Parts: sequence; structure tokens; C-alpha cells
Amino acid sequence: MNVWTGQPRAQALEDDYLDGNALAGPLSEVFSIDITAALGTCGGCGAEGAIAEARLYVNAPAKILRCPSCGAVLLRLDEREGRLILDLSGFKNVTIRLE
Amino acid sequence: MSGAWKAADVVGLREETTTARTIRLRLPAPVPALAGQHIDIRLTAPDGYQAVRSYSVAGATPDGFEITVEELPDGEVSPYLVRDLAVGDQLEVRGPVGGWFVWRAEDSGPVQLIGGGSGVVPLMAMARAHAAAAHPAPFRLLYSVRSPESVFYREELESLAERETFDVTYVYTRKAPDGEPAGRLDKGTLARHVLDGGSDPAVFICGATGFVEAVSGWLLDLGHAPDRIKTERYGGMGGTS
Repeated sequence: MNVWTGQPRAQALEDDYLDGNALAGPLSEVFSIDITAALGTCGGCGAEGAIAEARLYVNAPAKILRCPSCGAVLLRLDEREGRLILDLSGFKNVTIRLE
Repeated sequence: MSGAWKAADVVGLREETTTARTIRLRLPAPVPALAGQHIDIRLTAPDGYQAVRSYSVAGATPDGFEITVEELPDGEVSPYLVRDLAVGDQLEVRGPVGGWFVWRAEDSGPVQLIGGGSGVVPLMAMARAHAAAAHPAPFRLLYSVRSPESVFYREELESLAERETFDVTYVYTRKAPDGEPAGRLDKGTLARHVLDGGSDPAVFICGATGFVEAVSGWLLDLGHAPDRIKTERYGGMGGTS
């Protein structure tokens, strides 16, 4: 058994972002369906795309999902102290395909 | 935290290259998985510090699944997984999750997979699911890789390619086998080796950001429909939590 000790990385670059796909795990804790496969329409510019393909920034206290077209904040996920705050107000709407 | 996290046993390890290895995990109970999904792994240090990373599932096994991890030299988690983790250790995992970048056997149409480097991992899960289902749809994999030594799953890919429904093309970006050219993937090479847009294939692209953006742009130029192209950026699923 090798013990992992953890070495926090140096400050990540500000423009270092992930795929919205990475939200699938945290959101699986609260939703029974996969939200990352949903298509979202940006409330700022109207661009439509899968949540999985938007840009996720995690170098902040909350996870921030931004529109790949205009950079507007689409979603904010704040997990701390045993609660989860999900702000979806950046979307005009979200279309979930029912299987 | 909820009960989404499970302890998985490390039951097998296999070197893919000098910097990547496949980790076989056994779960306490079987979980449904779709080809292309990922898992989250959570590591906890003795002082309580935690890090969470996502890794694509490379394929299902009867009692769990395999992931393939490429070591990032200054990474916080991958060097531990590639160098230190041993059979008999346990990892906390969540998932498999993700419903976007997945191939389902109910989809009857042709599929073009395009992978750059370790971006081949979720595509391998799709190729394995396609073979396991003896699926009749044509599958093609275009695999852009630094050198012959950097190829993951080579023997298995060659054996998959013996079937009529599966084909693999390697593009070597830095160093090619004797007699073959080396160089980065370009639009012309892409056009020669991928399924024609007219056959309306589902396209899955996974790799570094620049690779994914270049390839998806060229495919649109070549007449592929934007709603048939799905992308995933590797290194695009790290993050802490």
C-alpha cells in the first residue's frame, strides 16, 4: 500500500479550463439524470450547445461554467459545508432529451 | 458527501507505454456503464487534503472497468496512479458518469473516432463495446500519436482491425516507423482517412484542446454536420473538488 500524500499544484493559469463534462460527477450526486448531455442556450448571446462542451473554470471557490461563444457565466456550482448551491441563471433555457 | 463514492479495488495493472498504464478496478457491485463515460477518482492524504480527477473508462470488465492514465510530469494525481499505486490498493471512485460523449449500441450508423494521444482512451471503450456487441456499423479510428512507442493498445487494435467493420489509421506526429512520414495531422490527411460526411457518420474527437478545435473545424469544412460531431478535451476533466 502506497500512501498518497498530495502536493497541491502551483497556482494554475487563469485561462486554464476544463470541459463541462467534468460536472457530470458532482451533479450525479443531486440529479438522477445526466445534466451534462443537456443542450443549453446562452442567455447572453443565444448560442446553443451541450453543457458537456462548455468551458468549466475550477480555480475559484465555486465551479463556473462559461459559454464558449461569448464567455458569459452559464452555471455556478458552489459546494461547501454540506450544501450545494446551483445557479443556472445564465441559461435562457436548458433542453433535456428524455430517453 | 453523499453515497456516490465507492471503494474500488485495484486488481490489475498493465504498462501501456513508459509513461502510461492501465488500471483494472473492481467495484463492490456492478454498475451500468456507457462507452465513452468517465469516472472521478478522489484521493485523500493522511492530513485530510483531497484531490479529485476524472479519467475516461477504457473498457468494461465483468466486475468493474479499466482506466488508462497518462502521467503528467508535474501532476498532483497522475504520477501516483502511474508510478505508486499497487494491486491490492483501493481507490475512491464516483461513476461512471457522463451522457454526452458516449456511443450506444442502439445507434446503427457509421462512427468515426479521432483521437490525439491519450485522447484515444474513451474511443477505445467505444471500439471495445462495438466489438463486444458484434455491431454491424462501420467504425473507423484515426489515431494521432507522437511515435510508435507512444501507442496505447496496439496489439488489441490490430486484432480489432482484422474485423471488416473496424479500421485503424495511425498518424505519427514526431517519429514514424521506417518508410512512413511523420508530421502533424492536417486537413488533407484527415480528409483521406475519415468516413465521408455524405455517409453522415457520428464523429467523436478526443485530444488536447488545439487538436480537438483544429480537427472539428476541418470536419465542418469537409461537410460534416455540426450536430454529428462530439468533442472531449483530455486534461479537460481534471479539477479539484
